[in-house]
Amino acid sequence: MERLAPRNTAQVADIVADCSARGHRLNVIGAGTRAGLGHPVTADAVLDLGAFAGIESYEPSEQIMTLGPATTLMELDAVLAESGQRLAFEPPDTGPLFGEAAGLGTIGGAVAANLAGPARPRAGAARDHLLGIEAVSGRGEVFKAGGRVVKNVTGYDLPKLLAGSFGTLAVMTRLTLRLGGRPPGRVTAALLDIAPADAGPLMQRIAGSGLEPVAIAYLPAEVAVRERHPMAAAALLVRFEGPEAALPERLADLQRLIGAAAPVEAIEGPDSDETWAAVRDVAGLLPDGERALWRLSLPPATGCAVAARLAAALPGLRWFADWAGARLWLAVPAGADAGAEVVRAAARDAGGHALLFRAPLTVKAQVPVFEPPAPGVSALERSLRAAFDPAGILNPGKMGPA
Amino acid sequence: MSLTMPVPDGAVIEGRADLIAHLARLLPADAVIGADSALAAYECDALTAYVQRPLAVVLPRTTEEVARVLRACQERGVRVVPRGAGTSLSGGALPLADGIVLSLARFNRILDIDLDNRCIIAQPGVTNLALTKAVEAEGFFYAPDPSSQIACTIGGNVAENSGGVHCLKYGLTTHNLLGLEMVLMDGTVVRIGGGKTLDAPGYDLLGVVTGSEGLLGVVTEVTVRLTPAPQGIGALLAGFGTIEAAGEAVAVIVGAGIVPAGIEMMDNLAINAAEDFCAPGYPREAAALLIVELDGPAGEVEAQMDQVAAILDAHGATSLKRTRDTAERLGFWAGRKAAFPAVGRISPDYLCMDGTIPRARLPEVLGRIASLSADYGLRCANVFHAGDGNLHPLILYDANIEGELARAEAFGADILRACVAVGGVLTGEHGVGIEKRDLMGEMFDDTDLAVQQRLKCAFDPKGLLNPGKVFPVLHACVELGRLKVSGGKLRFADLPRF
Repeated sequence: MERLAPRNTAQVADIVADCSARGHRLNVIGAGTRAGLGHPVTADAVLDLGAFAGIESYEPSEQIMTLGPATTLMELDAVLAESGQRLAFEPPDTGPLFGEAAGLGTIGGAVAANLAGPARPRAGAARDHLLGIEAVSGRGEVFKAGGRVVKNVTGYDLPKLLAGSFGTLAVMTRLTLRLGGRPPGRVTAALLDIAPADAGPLMQRIAGSGLEPVAIAYLPAEVAVRERHPMAAAALLVRFEGPEAALPERLADLQRLIGAAAPVEAIEGPDSDETWAAVRDVAGLLPDGERALWRLSLPPATGCAVAARLAAALPGLRWFADWAGARLWLAVPAGADAGAEVVRAAARDAGGHALLFRAPLTVKAQVPVFEPPAPGVSALERSLRAAFDPAGILNPGKMGPA
Repeated sequence: MSLTMPVPDGAVIEGRADLIAHLARLLPADAVIGADSALAAYECDALTAYVQRPLAVVLPRTTEEVARVLRACQERGVRVVPRGAGTSLSGGALPLADGIVLSLARFNRILDIDLDNRCIIAQPGVTNLALTKAVEAEGFFYAPDPSSQIACTIGGNVAENSGGVHCLKYGLTTHNLLGLEMVLMDGTVVRIGGGKTLDAPGYDLLGVVTGSEGLLGVVTEVTVRLTPAPQGIGALLAGFGTIEAAGEAVAVIVGAGIVPAGIEMMDNLAINAAEDFCAPGYPREAAALLIVELDGPAGEVEAQMDQVAAILDAHGATSLKRTRDTAERLGFWAGRKAAFPAVGRISPDYLCMDGTIPRARLPEVLGRIASLSADYGLRCANVFHAGDGNLHPLILYDANIEGELARAEAFGADILRACVAVGGVLTGEHGVGIEKRDLMGEMFDDTDLAVQQRLKCAFDPKGLLNPGKVFPVLHACVELGRLKVSGGKLRFADLPRF
């Protein structure tokens, strides 16, 4: 397939304008490590944004950075670490889930898929950290939106709309991100041997306390022992961040809060980081052979109960919960439809929804990757798509049939 | 500012009696206001410099009634201005001469308090503070706290993406919102966002509707997140001899990885206005005053208070008080919270501006404001959400003096231009409305604005919902929708291909 590799925004605009006039469809990629996320794109050419890499401006004191979307997360993290900063939304490295090498994913891809790591409930997702964009609409116009400051309500929040739009509305050529400080200290409390039925209520008690946990996850035994930092048993993990000196008191407070449920064991420093990187990257469900991967969004208090219902219905299911139960990851035997009806019904009944994060193409041909929207919303989404990309040339099919 | 609103539709104005009669058939008898005397209360919002009597006001009670009203207005080509409590400082709820006002005042019930899932579902007319009041006994609160929180409604907060002094740590409305029910101009009812989940499938409609200033739909139900109340709260109050020193201290605090619940700054005029008004014990001689609030686990608050005190001291604080006592802490805040009425006491009228700038440019921008103040011959007091660079200059003027309002507005526009010039924005939390509408060109070019207006067209193709706000020039959706064709010439012939 023809591969177009523009070097600057004006060239992107020229390409898109021409393709729009001719009805040539474009598969927009950064590094291409997340091509497996969403439906396959039907296109006439690849629009390779690889040249849009690198940091344009970085002001550590303002905690703001403007950069090209093809900058890798790995490079970005190295630069931020030097100034004691980070991306607070902890974008996962999804490469290995799609059979790619680790460390190649780009910030543009993380934004386009609106990814978020374990700190999501407190720190938000990519959408919450994208302050401004320059982009090329499906009409071939260069436009900007948002700004370079944290507090801004000037005009519609188009950065939020583009985050999570999988490149189907516009081609982002420049991003301005909000940055967070790296905490001076961090520690993980591990509560071992917690049964799935007890994990849900326990997580809500911790999340609803004034202890300010940064992340709360629950790994059932069969997943916990597979982690990069293996536990001996099912583990409920709670991460705290803050001044080093204040951390022991947080662990003691946690023990007081949960009482006799389990002894609090501390995982410190790099081991703590490694544990959460594994949760973030869904490493506990790898290697997964022919399994399909589901990502569920749920009201937090329902997460573990939904998992229990699905474990009973789907033999061979492996799962773990993040976001205090609001995020459920499932690995199921792919089969013909990856258990779609059962999974989606369980999510819907609980007031949530399910995304088929990874599956063989044969399954995706049967099952919509994204939860189908209600009719009114679906009409609105079509109008929006037509407003940005009237010829439907940007990543057609990525989010489902146009 | 001479404000140009969309040209009123004479036929709609002529048909007023018929429209009112029709609305009265769609709604209960007490839900339609047509009498001139009663309409006066809706002539303006908190931007009182502009008034306009609407054709009528409707006060529906249910989503179905809202849908009925919007459908009827869409059929008749009648413009609609949604209104919450009317506390907008940017004129977001200014009526139109040929439009009706749709008040959400009767949507005033809390529908579901779900502490397990840490969220609350409320109708849009519930006040911001009522959300916190409903859950504080259980140890929770609703984090965004705009200064008008006693009066402003959660629906209005959604429309403006409101902030408040604690958004530095807890985020704006958009970060605390989970889902909405909304009625489109054609009467379609949609639910957007995730309900009680953090993510929603599909495009981020929730993100783009938040802060859309009532131009995309009428919100009829809101689901927001609740935050556990912090274990401990402490505050520090420090005076500084120069604005620069105070600004530098703020940068160092934030740079140290500390995320205070709020950092507020006041300049000398604001300090003295507050002292005259309620005597909170501020240092009258100081060029700048900082209030830093820290909250969180008790031990951490204590440790961070020590750290912040050391930073304030190292940057030459001329006075420094710290407290963990609730009454004393509220005393620190009393003057800041009363800044607007305090300024109202020393001047017949004032305009409240709302730009955001990169924190490091503060001394430069305040210097520019001081020189503009001299040029325009108008005083200006500054209060500032220092942690996130959101500046609220209060321009003092007297509306009874011929030409003074126009001068104050010109002064305000120059301040916002100065904000944009240093890499900032026109509005941090008050919204564009009519107030900053004609300055949008300072930040956005025609293409930027066309892209935004096409988004509006996707929600409201006839442009009937709150027109005249946000966008300086209105274009018809058909005109915006046309594709420019480049004549079939290949524009990218010399590109690298593989």
